[in-house]
Amino acid sequence: MASIELRNISKIFTDPKRGELLTLDNISLDIEVNDFLCLLGPSGCGKSTLLNIVAGFEQPTSGTALVDGIPIERPGSDRGVVFQHPTLMPWLDVIENINLSLRLRGMSRSERHERAKEFIDLVGLKGFEHHFPSELSGGMNQRVGIARALLMNPRVILMDEPFAALDAQTKLEMQEELVAIWERRRCTIVFVTHSVDEALVLGNRIAVMTRRPGRIREIFDFDLPRPRDITSPLFNDAKRHVLSLIREESTKVATP
Amino acid sequence: MKTRIERFIVPVVVLLGWELFSRSGYLPKALLPAPSSVVHALSDWVIGYDETTQSYSGHWAKDAIASALRVFAGFALASLVGVAAGVAIGWSRMFEKALEPLLQMLRPIPPVSWIPLAIIWFGIADKPAIFLVFLGAFFPVLMNTIHGVKTVDKNLIRAGSMMGATERQLLTSFVLPAALPSIFAGLRIAIGSAWMLTVTAEMVAVKSGLGYVLWDSYYFLRYDIVMAAMISIGFLGFLSDLGIKGIMAHTLRWQATTTVQGRF
Repeated sequence: MASIELRNISKIFTDPKRGELLTLDNISLDIEVNDFLCLLGPSGCGKSTLLNIVAGFEQPTSGTALVDGIPIERPGSDRGVVFQHPTLMPWLDVIENINLSLRLRGMSRSERHERAKEFIDLVGLKGFEHHFPSELSGGMNQRVGIARALLMNPRVILMDEPFAALDAQTKLEMQEELVAIWERRRCTIVFVTHSVDEALVLGNRIAVMTRRPGRIREIFDFDLPRPRDITSPLFNDAKRHVLSLIREESTKVATP
Repeated sequence: MKTRIERFIVPVVVLLGWELFSRSGYLPKALLPAPSSVVHALSDWVIGYDETTQSYSGHWAKDAIASALRVFAGFALASLVGVAAGVAIGWSRMFEKALEPLLQMLRPIPPVSWIPLAIIWFGIADKPAIFLVFLGAFFPVLMNTIHGVKTVDKNLIRAGSMMGATERQLLTSFVLPAALPSIFAGLRIAIGSAWMLTVTAEMVAVKSGLGYVLWDSYYFLRYDIVMAAMISIGFLGFLSDLGIKGIMAHTLRWQATTTVQGRF
């Protein structure tokens, strides 16, 4: 059984001023257990909307979304979300942000801190346990967001362009760490991005989406061995292929 | 050192000018008592050494505590009810539709205009005063709590439900802390209103406290005591605001590095 099954998902946003807007058009997609699926698409193509539907933040207008065979009705701790902006609680320090899901389950403070330690080491935040988010850089806050999602030990991690706001160097480091974490822990990751390079560095499956209304243009497996060399011929072949898909899309818009 | 001198220039000039003007005899002394005689009255009221304030001599602490307790009771009640109602209205459309029109109609009615009803309902004692303080302190807390809840970042709530929070936990662990900066702004306005209404109530509906002393002294043309009472009210109001500011600085210390507040 697939980890996530999307069946004929459509989403129409209704805006009193602008009328109806078809954002997702009949999307069907199976995401297998332990997949690292990158959803690649231009801005406004509905890839975040699709992620929000899997997260349970939004409901599809038609179609069904299942996680482990169970229809998605609301957000839940079986699906960890890493947001585009870290979305930490500004009034909690790093360690309390990371173990917040445990506090909600009524776990004692000492037990929570014990559990959080592993994840603080994992994302390299040792020594910053008692800093507030406002005292840390954007990259460090994003690490807190990742640690928070990992600690919930979800079967699925949903990431919405989490590295978009980071500088090039931090982004590379974070991508490497994320791949290492995924290889070690083995979980299903759905990663939304608009960067071709990022999708090809991270994913073992790539889904290329069309412009709005979003459809899946093509989905393919990408088994280039890791660590991936972004200057290797194989990488470039894949990149050329993806770029040609994207270019087709943009000429379609230019000459309707 | 320079800033220390700056602090005192304006008050000293004002007090000196007032003292000289009062001694010049331009107005009858009873109508504009000099600062020195206000200080005299105040210190006798506080420690009671020459009974210039007659029956009040040495009774300041008792009067101040009587007023402060009314302020505290009304303010605490208003804070609890105001935050609870504000969270309910800010969070739930149902509560908003059911409660807000009525509350917004009650809000423009000056609390003072409730005095006749307060007296016939609660008699002459602490209760009408606490009722008035409640009315004056409730609306600032309510309005600021509603605003604070309505402006919470939607993504924080999404993060909360992603972590498996129940609706009750969303309110207590996410919405409430996120709304605290607004709530504290409301509490600071409310404590000021609380003192104003305590004194007003004591002038008409209670027979103790700083407001009662103020009004009673007016009947005896003791403007020095009237002013001593005004100063006492201002001082206690300042102290209670300082207390709330202290609690706020501690509770909102996470904000200190990102806001102007943390500049110094």
